[in-house]
Amino acid sequence: MAKSKTQTPQVRVRTTWKNAIRRDWQLYLLLLVPITLVVVFNYAAYPGLRMAFMDYKPMKGFAGSDWVGLKVFQKIFKDRDFTRALRNSLAFNFLDLLVGFPMPIILALMLNELRFMRFKKVSQTILYLPHFLSWAIIGAVAYTMFRPATGLVNTLLMKYGIISEGIPFLNEKWHWAATYLLIGVWQSMGWGTILYLAAITSINGELYEACIIDGANKWQKMWHVTLPGIRGTIVTLLIMNLGRVMGSNLERLTAFDNTQVRDFQYQLAIYIYEKGMGAGKYAEGTAVGLFQSLVGVVLVLLSDKVAKSLGEDGLL
Amino acid sequence: MAKKNMEATASDGSRAISKFHISDLIIILVLVILCATCVVPFWHVLVKSISGDGPVMMKEVFFWPKEFTLSAYSKVFSDRSMVRSMIYSVGVTLLFTLLGMITCTCAAYPLSKKRLKGKGFITFVLMVPMYFTAGMIPSFILMFNLHLIDNMWVLILPLIYSPYNMLVMKTYFQSTIPDSLEESAYLDGASNFQVLTKIVLPLSKPILATLSLFYAVGRWNAYGDHMYYIRSDSVRMIQYKLYLLVQGAEASISASLGDTGGATNITTPEVLQAACIMFVTVPIIIVYPFLQKYFVKGAMVGAVKG
Repeated sequence: MAKSKTQTPQVRVRTTWKNAIRRDWQLYLLLLVPITLVVVFNYAAYPGLRMAFMDYKPMKGFAGSDWVGLKVFQKIFKDRDFTRALRNSLAFNFLDLLVGFPMPIILALMLNELRFMRFKKVSQTILYLPHFLSWAIIGAVAYTMFRPATGLVNTLLMKYGIISEGIPFLNEKWHWAATYLLIGVWQSMGWGTILYLAAITSINGELYEACIIDGANKWQKMWHVTLPGIRGTIVTLLIMNLGRVMGSNLERLTAFDNTQVRDFQYQLAIYIYEKGMGAGKYAEGTAVGLFQSLVGVVLVLLSDKVAKSLGEDGLL
Repeated sequence: MAKKNMEATASDGSRAISKFHISDLIIILVLVILCATCVVPFWHVLVKSISGDGPVMMKEVFFWPKEFTLSAYSKVFSDRSMVRSMIYSVGVTLLFTLLGMITCTCAAYPLSKKRLKGKGFITFVLMVPMYFTAGMIPSFILMFNLHLIDNMWVLILPLIYSPYNMLVMKTYFQSTIPDSLEESAYLDGASNFQVLTKIVLPLSKPILATLSLFYAVGRWNAYGDHMYYIRSDSVRMIQYKLYLLVQGAEASISASLGDTGGATNITTPEVLQAACIMFVTVPIIIVYPFLQKYFVKGAMVGAVKG
């Protein structure tokens, strides 16, 4: 085995299963652990997707429930709650991407320009922090900051007479939308810089020297060397993010939950949780989940194809 | 020549002798403001949690405590369910991390071997869940059938295998541990297990540290699964308890006409709530500086595709 590998790497020696198992039975034994877990906790859930095509009655189970074809899907697409949840999810995920995606890039470029190493290190440490806090904590702190009458921001603004009435940052839907998005950007921007900073350090220093000799200034260096240098990373991360356009984060949404903002806060994760779990409409909940997963997979495959056709590395 | 040398070092960002530009000032200013948004809110909550109820109600507490008192904290610590939940959460997190690391190694080590027969198929089987999930309702039905609802293990078992962590570990094994080292061990008669425990794992300490932290922080912060799988208080982790506490307070504030500062309806007084937030936040903030360098390393290994 070792012999064939070291001496003639071009020739692939086909081992029979018998030999492979005799040689590597310990490795297969190790693999049983994750395979068992995946089968029991992931694959075993796939048959549950049948519910999306059934008039599922929990009391009767799968055997006793009738198949209804695509009726469940027809029903949810007529359901006003679903269309609202879908609209909100798409709109907010798109805005998240629009506002949230460029921010780590800008931040990484700024950190890269910084020449005071100590300051750079300290600010990086601080900017990473929100990534490590749960949405429960972030939501709780956000309410402490943004309540209309007692929140810190409004109290300070009113104290200095800048406003006379508290701004309902989290208690009116349009304000909520902006606050929700900005908090999302704030939470992820610092951590997002890591990959870009790593990509920047791997750019060949000679390119910068050549730039300087040609008389390029800071901006030109950034535009013609740094940004092209991290293009691969940008594309990869963009693909990964595009796959999430249909996703929705139950923790983040529920952390900013209150009755005044239901109109916008009602997104797919909330729909599945409240209709599927709360109201016991398993078929609808399953159908929406399936729809979400399928669109996610299709989007990842599609953007991967596009990236590859543009000559980038792609993800898969 | 000297000038060229000086400017060559400029490219890696360490130019010592250079003019201070306006752009530097702008960058520093922006960064200071962004950092402030990460620090000030928590400082404010901390200050609130150690202030007296009176000044907080009167909205006089901003960035420095008034009528310093620790009574809110003594209330939190005398609340048996809070302290118990904290200990429980630490326990669940440690167990989760240990089992997660074992599972991850079991998956990553065999798959890092080029010679393994059936590797492509097994990798496919193990990666599918990353791209296609069954969704929450089928998972809920599955957990129900497995009798895991309201059980501590539902917080651990479904999540200990993580495709992403497996990829990171596999990539690390493949890129940093030379094949020749393992081959010489095989020639000396070592088994696969021995190679793993005596050679590969000792050489992979950095990635083991990083992934343990990914696992631990992931479990510590997540509480979405509680909403589906957990009902009784005794198996709730601390983040979910905080979520419920804040939601309860928020619901009662929303219900009382328009948050006019009249605190009559608030179920959890602000000071106590601030103390609870701090109680849940401080463990992370204490360990955070020690963890940070491992996290950064791990994120970069993850960037190298598997």
